[in-house]
Amino acid sequence: MLGRPNLYTAYRDEIQMLPTWTQKIAFLLFIAVLFLMPFDLPVVSHIPVIRFLGDAEWLRPMALVMVLAIAALGLNLLSGVAGQVSLGHAFFMGVGACAGVYLGGTSGETTWGHSLPIWIWLPGAGIAAALVGVIVSPVAVRLRGLYLAIVTLGLVFLGIHFGNTSWGRRIAGPPELGRPFQELDIRLWKEEKPLINVGDDGRWLWFDVSDSQKRYLFLLVFTILFAVLAKNLVRTRTGRALQAIRDRDIAAEVMGVPEFRYKLVAFAVSSFFAGVAGALFAALSQGVQARDFGLFLSVEFIAILLIGGAGTTSGALIGTFFVVMVPRFVESFTHWLDSADGGLTGALAGVVLTEGGDFGIINTAIQTPGWTLSVFDWNVVLFGALIVLFLIVEPLGIFGIWVRIRNYWKRWPFSY
Amino acid sequence: MVGAVGARLSTISLRGGAPVGFLVGVLVASLIFGAVQLANDPVLFFLTFMRSMGLGSTYALIALGFVLIFKATQTVNFAQGALAATGALFVSFLAVDGNIPFTNLSNPISALGGPGWLRWGLNVIVALAFAAAVGLVIERLAIRPMVGEPLFSVAVITLGLEIIFRVFNNDAVKAEFRQVGVPWLANGFKVGDVLINWSFIAAMITATVVFVAVYFFFRSRLGIAMRAVAFDQEAAMAQGVSVGRVFAVAWAAGAVLAAIGGIFATQPPVAQTLSVDQETANIAFRALPAVILGGLDSVSGALLGGLVVGIAEIYAGQYAAGNISWLGAGYPLIVPYIVMLIGLMVRPYGMFGTPEIQRV
Repeated sequence: MLGRPNLYTAYRDEIQMLPTWTQKIAFLLFIAVLFLMPFDLPVVSHIPVIRFLGDAEWLRPMALVMVLAIAALGLNLLSGVAGQVSLGHAFFMGVGACAGVYLGGTSGETTWGHSLPIWIWLPGAGIAAALVGVIVSPVAVRLRGLYLAIVTLGLVFLGIHFGNTSWGRRIAGPPELGRPFQELDIRLWKEEKPLINVGDDGRWLWFDVSDSQKRYLFLLVFTILFAVLAKNLVRTRTGRALQAIRDRDIAAEVMGVPEFRYKLVAFAVSSFFAGVAGALFAALSQGVQARDFGLFLSVEFIAILLIGGAGTTSGALIGTFFVVMVPRFVESFTHWLDSADGGLTGALAGVVLTEGGDFGIINTAIQTPGWTLSVFDWNVVLFGALIVLFLIVEPLGIFGIWVRIRNYWKRWPFSY
Repeated sequence: MVGAVGARLSTISLRGGAPVGFLVGVLVASLIFGAVQLANDPVLFFLTFMRSMGLGSTYALIALGFVLIFKATQTVNFAQGALAATGALFVSFLAVDGNIPFTNLSNPISALGGPGWLRWGLNVIVALAFAAAVGLVIERLAIRPMVGEPLFSVAVITLGLEIIFRVFNNDAVKAEFRQVGVPWLANGFKVGDVLINWSFIAAMITATVVFVAVYFFFRSRLGIAMRAVAFDQEAAMAQGVSVGRVFAVAWAAGAVLAAIGGIFATQPPVAQTLSVDQETANIAFRALPAVILGGLDSVSGALLGGLVVGIAEIYAGQYAAGNISWLGAGYPLIVPYIVMLIGLMVRPYGMFGTPEIQRV
């Protein structure tokens, strides 16, 4: 069907994940680039942005992107596909993290743990979160819209509180310190030497790989797995039922879609994703802290969906990249400005930066009391402003911008 | 099979049957418990009652801000907490620092003579005007462009605003304590040998005045316009109601109520510090259960929900401390959410909320 991109002669063709050959090739190339990104290679490392992201110091935030992307995919299934807006996603992530450290962490005087291998604690974290999701859903299914958002917001506060109780501390550790957690190493059982070592530098096949490269690749595999899973779920009977409920729940029920069952499934699956992401998050940050899973994280997920484009898998992925990486870009840009002297960059630094007192809005002093905020504070402001601006200016998010650009070139030289 | 059970579960009306019985059981049990405690130690019971009324009034004030904004714009303003802290900060700037907010100019009111409480009252009025202005600016810049957009988008915009405002509020309280300079300080009067803070009484009086004012407001021309907009935006517009003005009034009123609530959020029983800190903004999230329990669009629901939640929180904190140690320290803070969850199981739209009726 060359030249007729929107002509489908069979339903099978239309619901394909990547309907056209261009998309298939572009997707394969993209995956290949993602896998090769961390390495010094002859061709790939000369593409400027990609090599920049592949540098060791950028691999850590990229690993965080991978973890949060899994959770965002889960929220996308619940909020974007099934239309059940949840502000409690951080809570489910926290449940997953706690279940993960409970199963995989070491047992000590003040902590509970079973030191089990990853193939138990990772699914275990997901299943625990999914169970909590199923327990919560009978209340949640009866609520609509903002009532649901507020009740799920309540879950976040309940979760943080329970993380600070005497038994919660045994799982999540003391509130200020958190609790250490094992690396992502793959073991068969509790043996000393892991089957596949992800935590340290070493050799995989014929290549030298550093620990951050290993972690990145490991999480990349997981993210691709979950992205394919999420995308596939949308194409199935369940996915169509969820979309029917999103579009009009009463009409869906009249058509014979059992609303209660499918909302339950949506909650369970999205919590499963969140739980897995939470356990991976704990492993990545080498520990868990109850207050990490607060309202801010929930809002971050909502922002990821809205900025990326709600209801689309690629939107969730792009949104995660955007929300996690933009603050890092701003930070490193500030560092770069701060180190510049003289010339154009020096002048720019003089206008933008300040150490308190003189002109400028970003305070680079170590202590920043009062007005002129530090770059970290400005990043939070930027985050809030991005949410507001995207919703007002481009409600469909980055995915919407992409669709508009694509359609412009599709129809060129005609405007519609 | 699962589907059939699920469908049946979701169609059972929970109005009657087990949940209501459960609720009545809980109420009767707590009434008997309260009567026993009253007979045991009437002075302590009275103190607890006054504290719960003070907390409940504060919750009711914050909840009323939510309700007014929800009635006019059909959306929840998640930035209410940040607005509360901002309003309390305005009072602090004017009354304690003696500066006009956002400037270095000295506040002319502090140069006036007369009793201290009168000057403080004037300062509060000016601060509330500033808060109203902030509400108006938010409405004009961020909410008005979203008319006709999905309601959840507007709610998320307010979440974004909350994050932005919080940064600036936390920045203002990072280095120093920001007292709000209430004239009654931490004083109170003694009943028997227990101290009852004046702030409890002040919160109750303020809540009474505000709710009476809102009652009469809804009988004024503008109030009727607001009810019309809440009922049907397009029809109201067709009748010549200026929806934009209704939005603006609701946001200004919401910001003012948030600021009043913010002042009381620095006082006992909510906080003991008498100053604005990073916790002050959380008062709105603590008051959300009151709003939901009462019903998002009901003024009387806000009052009753606030009082019920306040009573539940304080009484649970006072009398249940020894029995539920597994809930951990500080468990009164989550009591409102538990009350909310139980309430929602019985009535999904709160006690007085209007059920949403959908067309297929």
